Amino acid sequence: MRLLIIEDDRESADYLAKAFREVGHVADLASDGEEGLSMADSGDYDVLVIDRMLPKRDGLSVIGTLREKGNRTPALILSALGQVDDRIKGLRAGGDDYLPKPYAFAELLARVEVLSRRHGGPAEDTLYRVGDLELDRLSHRVTRGKEELTLQPREFRLLEYLMKHAGQVVTRTMLLENVWDYHFDPQTNVIDVHISRLRSKIDKGFDRPLLHTIRGAGYMIRDGIR
Amino acid sequence: MTAFGKLIRTTAFRLTLVYLLLFALFAASLLGFFAWNTRRMVTEQITATVNSDFSDLNDIFSRRGLRGLVFAIENRSLRPGANLYLVVTPTGQAVAGNVGALPPGTLNTNGWVETAYQRLEEQDKAPHLALVRITELSNGFRLLVGRDLEERHRIFGIVAAAAQWSVLVVVVLGLAGGIFVGRRVLRRIDAMTATTSRIMEGDLSERLPVGRSGDELDRLADNLNRMLERIEGLMTGLKEVSDNIAHDLKTPLTRLRNRAEEALATSRGEPGYRAALEQTIEESDGLIRTFNALLMIARAESGQAGGNAEDFDAAEVARGLHELYEPLAEDDGLTLRVEAKPALLHGNRELISQALANLVENAIKYGKASAPLLETPARPPEVLIEARREGDKVLLSVTDSGPGIPEADRKRATERFVRLEASRSQPGSGLGLSLASAVATLHRGELRLEDAAPGLRATLAIPALSGEGLSGQSSHPETHPV
Repeated sequence: MRLLIIEDDRESADYLAKAFREVGHVADLASDGEEGLSMADSGDYDVLVIDRMLPKRDGLSVIGTLREKGNRTPALILSALGQVDDRIKGLRAGGDDYLPKPYAFAELLARVEVLSRRHGGPAEDTLYRVGDLELDRLSHRVTRGKEELTLQPREFRLLEYLMKHAGQVVTRTMLLENVWDYHFDPQTNVIDVHISRLRSKIDKGFDRPLLHTIRGAGYMIRDGIR
Repeated sequence: MTAFGKLIRTTAFRLTLVYLLLFALFAASLLGFFAWNTRRMVTEQITATVNSDFSDLNDIFSRRGLRGLVFAIENRSLRPGANLYLVVTPTGQAVAGNVGALPPGTLNTNGWVETAYQRLEEQDKAPHLALVRITELSNGFRLLVGRDLEERHRIFGIVAAAAQWSVLVVVVLGLAGGIFVGRRVLRRIDAMTATTSRIMEGDLSERLPVGRSGDELDRLADNLNRMLERIEGLMTGLKEVSDNIAHDLKTPLTRLRNRAEEALATSRGEPGYRAALEQTIEESDGLIRTFNALLMIARAESGQAGGNAEDFDAAEVARGLHELYEPLAEDDGLTLRVEAKPALLHGNRELISQALANLVENAIKYGKASAPLLETPARPPEVLIEARREGDKVLLSVTDSGPGIPEADRKRATERFVRLEASRSQPGSGLGLSLASAVATLHRGELRLEDAAPGLRATLAIPALSGEGLSGQSSHPETHPV
């Protein structure tokens, strides 16, 4: 995956680039809004990671200009500003995702990978399959092997989201945002409880677990070891 | 700047000067018009008098000849306020009349002439001004009939004097008025300026003096005072936040640092370091959460987060959170129930959700904590989420059957970082209730903490969306009590 990181703080930018390269991505750096805009405009990137506040041209304006030109490269906004209003502003300006600073790299990585997959990925399938687990989005049926599983509506949506991003790490905040549409940090392990319920339904009694906990990051559904 | 310098710089004084100039111009032009008109009228009158006298004399001349004319002129010259008369021979010798010297050549003209002259019988040699009509008689003699212009001059003089005086009076009164008004305004502005400079020096508790007259300056002062109150409130909030950050974030930061130091000093090999680093990340995540919560509270309290207001049903929020927290509560041995009736309100849905989530998390935390203490385990301890409309308020409440909060501590419980004695052993940042309280305040509502005997009922009471009262049930067919 080719990434463009537009971030004026040299140290954070270098850290991000290094971290992305370590997990096998290509990361370019731009240190101000103008440079970032011209690089994003000319280069062929899969995802843009854009700081909200940049010298010369702020992040939202960079995204807005790109969108005006018809450039639809997914953009993730990093911001040190407050959450509620700022996130909405960022998304309205044409951003695809929003992450408040400070953030965990695992969270950023998971979101960037989801964004890159969303862009140019195949149209949404009606049937998701991971190993012998199948989820039919039209009939709302979930089966594992020959066994039909009974899920609550929310468990179904949770599984649907996990399977849509099968093989990718999804974080707790991503789940809370996308499955429940809440944008705050719960002080409790409320998501873990939902996951463990789901896990007991889809993995219990089967010899090969599909729903994995990724330490320090979140969860991933996948068949075996990649 | 001198006092006078300041005075003439006041708006009131400058306005006075402008008005003054306008009035003076107005008075002058009015009087000028009057003077010009009067002059014209007087001239017309003189012309008419002279004309009638002139034709009279011409008549006498044609009927009775030169002798008759001379006689008539001698006669008329003696009357009081007589016109001016002069009859001269073709060579310029005066024959009759009351006019002495005339500028040379005057008599050679025909018709109307305005000229200087000297009176024959008077001692003063000062020249007077006259309007005269001259004509040549049939025998070559010349006749002059005219009238002194003294009168016209006098009237003009009177008008000019009146103009001078009135302009002078206007200027003096205007200046005095301007100074009076300017000084009055200046005194009050000076008082305001003095107060504002004290405020700028840092004393935010100062307020501007407000008079009783309710005029524009009072209104301004009143508005500025209210602005100051708001600023002071915000500053206090900011100061509290920074104090709290300094005080309460330093503790976990110190812990973080100590742990890292300890790991560096004592750990051997990778597993030790790994464990220490993982702990460090966990601890800093906690710090970030605390920090976010603090920022959120500060923003909610300063009224900044009110931008994304929408209409929504509080019942849906309650049901959504019930759905989210139900498994967690069950794991903790609690029953989480929801009773929600449609209750529309206008506000920031995310903030209200978060506030209610905090209340639910608190209830689960303390309800769970109290579970083993209950004497009668007949029914499992319960947490109830309710949403309903009561009067003009929407009530979102969470009731637990935990230990509750003693009456005396309830007010304190919503302050930042306050963690009541009983809860010290529980994890948490101590910000949940203060965020809920800030969100309620942002929506012009309040957070109520009540005794639910046993347990605590925390209620967000927020003004309901007006116009949605009796018809609430039917207007939202998709919502139904659970």
